[in-house]
Amino acid sequence: MSGVADIVTIVLVAAGVLLFVAGMLGLLRFPDPLSRLHAISKADNLGLGLIVIGLLPQATSITGGLKLICVWLLAQLSAATASQLLARAVHRDRAEP
Amino acid sequence: MTLLLDLALVAWLLGLAAYVVAERDERSAIIAFLAFGLLLGLGWVRLAAPDVAMTEIAIGGGATGLLLLRAEAALRGRGKHEEAMTRAGKLAVALGCAAISGGLGYAVLTFASPPPTLGPAALDALDPTGLGNPVTAVLLAYRALDTLLEKVVVLLALIGVWSLAPDQTWGGAPDVKPALVPEPLSWLARVLPPFGVVIGVYMFWVGADAPGGTFQAGTVLAAMWLLVMMAGLYPPPDTARPALRFVLAGGPALFLAIAFLGFVAADGFLAYPDGFAKPLIVAIEAALTLSVAAALAMLVAGPARKAPAP
Repeated sequence: MSGVADIVTIVLVAAGVLLFVAGMLGLLRFPDPLSRLHAISKADNLGLGLIVIGLLPQATSITGGLKLICVWLLAQLSAATASQLLARAVHRDRAEP
Repeated sequence: MTLLLDLALVAWLLGLAAYVVAERDERSAIIAFLAFGLLLGLGWVRLAAPDVAMTEIAIGGGATGLLLLRAEAALRGRGKHEEAMTRAGKLAVALGCAAISGGLGYAVLTFASPPPTLGPAALDALDPTGLGNPVTAVLLAYRALDTLLEKVVVLLALIGVWSLAPDQTWGGAPDVKPALVPEPLSWLARVLPPFGVVIGVYMFWVGADAPGGTFQAGTVLAAMWLLVMMAGLYPPPDTARPALRFVLAGGPALFLAIAFLGFVAADGFLAYPDGFAKPLIVAIEAALTLSVAAALAMLVAGPARKAPAP
């Protein structure tokens, strides 16, 4: 059984890492703040989500797994709010001059 | 493979540290310093010291970075009198820093191998304290005096910040709310604190048996309180308010009272009576967590900006 769990972990975590790399490339290469924000928020939400789901089969207890899911949900909550705040600041700066 | 990861981490830390020192724009340097705190926390995790890692990320990265950002924002646009540093001054600073770094490096490299350790002794003495986490036992039983003084230092820092308030606002409330609160911020300030308070209390409670403790829990609670104040949901209290000062002084005061009780009930100052060590330690930690949370939140909130309520 552990063989299947390990394969699931490897595949999902690798996919998550791939999303993070893509998000980082977007952060470095995209021309303006809003598209950079778009790129990095995909990595944050989906990439971290895939890594957390990939790590769930390795959790030794139910509470350990629940903590992992909590980490993902809290990171999503704060990342979404931070993206909104940054985007607002960009929008305001554009409107002002 | 892990060696590769560790080497990458070390290279990253060194590069980021050099950037923090070399960067001329203060805000960029502070943000890099925040990232440096996070990476340093990872480094402590690699050294199997999760307690230090959590404190580093909470205090060294998060709280200190936030304090620096607030200070930078307060100074911005005030026309800093930039006095160029003389060459001799720069040289003196560079020499001082180099001497400290060289001395530390020398001390680390000349450690006996294997290095001397008090680890087994700390684990052996764990039973009478009733605790499961040796780090907490060191902090609150073996070396409790250090911890007591640490908390008093935080209070002294707060007194230093408060004394920056001008006479007419002395004893009044600090001002942390921006002129216009963005809606996502006030939404987050409504949704996050219930979770944050549960997490903070949990971190304090598991501190007896697992990584966690007063400073980490206090920082989480302080962050939640700051979030509520910054979103304008609940105004910051007057700095002269008795309830606030009671919470601030309560932790160290209880610690000190129990320490003196040691003369009567146990072997001396800061000694716990047999069989009562764990409940006393948990009581001290609870009061200290609240004190640390209030002190950190008030430190970030800054000196009083509004006249006190009559």
